[in-house]
Amino acid sequence: MKVLAALSGGVDSSVAAALLVEEGHQVVGATMKLWGGPSDSGCCSVSDVDDARRVCHQLGIDHHVFNFSEDFQRHVVDPYVDAHRSGLTPNPCIECNRHIKFDRFLDRALQLGFDAVATGHHARVEPRPGGTAALVRGRDGAKDQSYVLSMLGQAQLSRLILPVGEMTKAEVRAEASRRGLRTAVKPDSQDVCFITASAGRTAFLSDRIELHPGRLVESVTGATVGTVDAIELVTVGQRRGIGAGPDGRRHYALSVDPAAGQVRVGPIEALMTDVVGVGPWTWTAGPLAPGAAVSAQLSAHGRPLPARLGADATQVHLAEPTRRVAAGQTVALYDGDEVLGSAVAR
Amino acid sequence: MVAYLDHAATTPMRPEARRAMLAVMSEAGFGNPSGAHSVARAARRAVEDAREVVAAALGAEPSQVVFSGGGTESDNLAVAGRSSRGPVLCSAVEHDAVLESVHAAGGATLRVDAAGQVDVDDLKRALGAPPAPGSVPTDGTAPASPALVSVMTANNETGIIQPLDRVIGIVRRKAPSALVHTDAVQAVNWLDPAPATAGADLVSISAHKFGGPQGVGVLVVRSPAGLDVTVHGGGQEAGRRSGTHNVAGIAGLAAALAVVQEDREALVKRVADLRDRLTDGLLASVPGAVETGRREDKVAGICHICIPEVESEALVFLLDQAGVCVSAGSACASGATQVSHVLRAMGVPEELAHGALRLSLGWTTTDDDVDAALEAVPAAVARLRRTR
Repeated sequence: MKVLAALSGGVDSSVAAALLVEEGHQVVGATMKLWGGPSDSGCCSVSDVDDARRVCHQLGIDHHVFNFSEDFQRHVVDPYVDAHRSGLTPNPCIECNRHIKFDRFLDRALQLGFDAVATGHHARVEPRPGGTAALVRGRDGAKDQSYVLSMLGQAQLSRLILPVGEMTKAEVRAEASRRGLRTAVKPDSQDVCFITASAGRTAFLSDRIELHPGRLVESVTGATVGTVDAIELVTVGQRRGIGAGPDGRRHYALSVDPAAGQVRVGPIEALMTDVVGVGPWTWTAGPLAPGAAVSAQLSAHGRPLPARLGADATQVHLAEPTRRVAAGQTVALYDGDEVLGSAVAR
Repeated sequence: MVAYLDHAATTPMRPEARRAMLAVMSEAGFGNPSGAHSVARAARRAVEDAREVVAAALGAEPSQVVFSGGGTESDNLAVAGRSSRGPVLCSAVEHDAVLESVHAAGGATLRVDAAGQVDVDDLKRALGAPPAPGSVPTDGTAPASPALVSVMTANNETGIIQPLDRVIGIVRRKAPSALVHTDAVQAVNWLDPAPATAGADLVSISAHKFGGPQGVGVLVVRSPAGLDVTVHGGGQEAGRRSGTHNVAGIAGLAAALAVVQEDREALVKRVADLRDRLTDGLLASVPGAVETGRREDKVAGICHICIPEVESEALVFLLDQAGVCVSAGSACASGATQVSHVLRAMGVPEELAHGALRLSLGWTTTDDDVDAALEAVPAAVARLRRTR
C-alpha cells in the first residue's frame, strides 16, 4: 500500500513510520508546518521538522513538508481565540485533528495518490464485519488518544493506519532505541502546540483579544462576591481565583458569561450535574438510537462514565453526577473500548 | 533519470571549478593565507589570483573585492554596514537576505509594479519625501538622508531584471550620500556583471549560482565611503570581513566565473531557446497557466508560471515523484512552501500565487529535461484538478 506517514518529529510517529516501512508498504514521510509563531515543541518548530527529516533519512524514505499554516490559523487558532472570547473552553487539538490532520492532510494524501495516511496516535483501527472500520482505545490505557480522534467517521477511518496503537509507550520508546532513531528519548509533547509554557495562555490571548474583568456572582443569592481580571480566561469547574463561600468552603466557576461580565460561582454540589448538553454528533459508524446505553468520556484523560444518550440526542444523561463539562469541550461516547461518536458540549 | 530544473537554487559545479578546488585542497594550497611562510604564501596567492579574476569580471579593482560566506552574507554586510548611517531602503521583491536585513535595520520597502519592476516614482517619493508634520526636528537638523538603497539586478523567483540604471540615476540626484547596493546573485550567469551592475556601489554575488561551490560569495565595495565593520576578528579582507579565507571555495568561485564569462553568450542563447520552448509549451498545454511578468524583462534561465486551481506544494511533490526537480519559488527554513512575497508585491491574485511554479535552467540543461517537464507538468496538473 502507498502510505503517507505524518511525522511530527516525536517518537510515536517515528516508530509508526518505521513499522510501516518494515511491513513493506511504500511509505513517504510528511511533516505539517502549522504554526509560524513561537512554540515549545508540538508539530511546528524547525527543530521538530529536522527530527522528522532525519528519521526519514534513517528509514530510507522521502520526506516532505506541507505548509498548512493558513488552514491552521483559520480552522484552529482563530476559532480558539473566538471561543475564549465567548466564554467557551475549546480543545484546539481536536479541532486540528478534525480540520487539518484528517481533512486537509488526508485530502492531500489522496490527491497525491496515496491509499492511506498513518499517524503516531495511540489508538487502534479495527475492521468490523460488513467492511466498516472501528476506532478502539490504544493498548496503553495511560496514553490512549482515542478521545482526540473520536470525531472521525468512516471516510477517515477507512484510510487511516495507527501502527503504534497495539504498543505501550514504553514499547514504542524501546523500538525507537533499538532502531537508533534520534527521537527515542525525546519528551512527550505537552499541551497546546501554539502556546509556549513560558508565556502561557494569558499572554497568547491578551495579544489577540481584549481581556475584560468580570464579577463573581454567587449562584443562589446573586450577590457579587469577588472579581476576576480576565473573564475570557475562566473555565467552568475552575477553583483557582474563585474564592470561597461564607461558610469557608471552596467555590467553583459554574458558568461563564462574558457578555454580562459575570461568572456564576458556587460550592462543589452546584458544580455537579448528571446532564451534559451537546451540539451535533459525528458518528464513527452510524447514529445511535436515543436512549442507548454508552460510556461517556468528558476530557482527554477523564474516566469513562456510564451514561445514556438523551431522547433527542442533544443531551447525555450520566448515571452518576459528575463535575460539569465546560462548553467547548468534547464528549466522546464509547461501547467498552470502541468509540461510537463525539459531540462538543454546549 | 532526473530532470533537474532548479538551477536558480543551485546549479551543478563546473568541472573547472572542481579542478581548481581539488588543486587547492590536495596540493600546496591548503595553508592559511594570513601566515608568514611558504605554505601560507601559496594559499594567499590562490586567493589573490581569484580576486583579480573577480575584479575583472565585475569591473572593479581587486582591492574592492571582499570574499564572504555567500550571497546572504554579502547582502548582510552591505545592509548592516550602512544602517547606522541613516535609513535603508530596498525593493519589496528582494531576496530575504536583503529584505530581512532591511527589516532588522528598521528600513522600508519600495513598491514594484505589476510587471515586477521597482516603482521608480515610489523611489522618488521615498527619497524626496518632505518631513511629515510634527516630525520636523526642532533643533534645526535636517531629517536623516538614506544611507542605502538596495535593488536586485534580477529576481530569484521570477527572473525579472530590475531597472537598475534608472534607480542609480534617481538615487544620485535625490540622495547623493546614499550608496546603491545590488544583489546580483541571480544575474551572473545571464548578464555580463560589469555593465549590468555598473554604477552600483555594492554588489553581491554567490558562487553556487554560476557553477562554483556553495558557501562562498563576494561583496564588491566600489565606494570609498565604505561600510561599518559587522564581522569582527582577525581583520582579513582589509577588515571588511574577518575570518580565515575559504581558499578552495574562493578558487572554485573564480574558476567558475572565468568559465561563465567566456561561455555566457552561447549559454544565454542556448538556454533562452530551451526556456522559451518550455514556457510556450506549458502555456499551451496547461489550461489557465499564466506566465509571470514579461518574457523580455527576464534572464534567460527562468520560467515562472502560475497555475490556477492547483497548489504548488502538491504539484512540486508529484513532479518530484515523476523525476522532475522544480521549485514553488519560495520556501522557509523548515522546507515548507509559502506564498511568495514577490508575487504578493506584484499584485498576483492569491489563487494564482498558490499555484506558482519556477522551472530554472542552467548550463547542463538539455532538450530531454525540457521534454520531461513538458510531459510531467500537464499530467500532474490534470491529476490534481481531477482529485480536487
